[in-house]
Amino acid sequence: MNVTVLLFASYADRLGMGSVAFDLAPGATVADVLGRVQALPGADRLPREPLVAVNERYAKRDRVLFQGDEVAIIPPVAGG
Amino acid sequence: MRTRLVRDAIDTLALVSEVGRTGNGATVLFIGTVRDVNDGRAVSGMEYRAYEAMAARELSDIANEAAERFGTPDIVIEHRLGELKLGDASVAIAVAHPHRGQAYDANRYVIEQLKKRVPIWKLEHYVDGSREWVGAESAASSGVDALNVLTGAKDSR
Repeated sequence: MNVTVLLFASYADRLGMGSVAFDLAPGATVADVLGRVQALPGADRLPREPLVAVNERYAKRDRVLFQGDEVAIIPPVAGG
Repeated sequence: MRTRLVRDAIDTLALVSEVGRTGNGATVLFIGTVRDVNDGRAVSGMEYRAYEAMAARELSDIANEAAERFGTPDIVIEHRLGELKLGDASVAIAVAHPHRGQAYDANRYVIEQLKKRVPIWKLEHYVDGSREWVGAESAASSGVDALNVLTGAKDSR
């Protein structure tokens, strides 16, 4: 199944991209996606345990993903 | 209630008019503005970016929570995105309520939740020409504590 991962702000700068798609096995979780992101070039400059959202809501590491889900790695927010 | 991400200057007084009703005895307007110094560095401007779909949804959720918690539907929130100059309003929150206590509390709730949850980031431009993402952490830091708070907050609603 295909899952899109969005990167923002400092994380997008550090990896040199705003999004990346992964082909994952059925039953894959947020933790599995983080593992794939952390294998990308430049990912050593990301924190090991970033905030993650799935389909625009904050999600925990054991959240199971489905075909077409949108995962976002969320840098520390700084609005206001 | 109304919440919006905007690209142009926020008309803060229009927000006040929007929440005004004769049943309300108190209106509180919060305006966040771009400051000329942050952490001791001279700032020349600011760029705000967002995960827009999620930011819009979180803003709307926060307005609904504040309405329910403090008992007023008269809440308007606008957050600006893009390039801002010193002194520009980046966020404006207007809350009106029959009584001042709840108007202050609801307004405070909105800004504090916004700063915790809404996926907006700011790229600070400094007088020396450099730029930096505000709050960007090092590779050693962890978002797990924040995640537990955020997902815990969701579970309890």
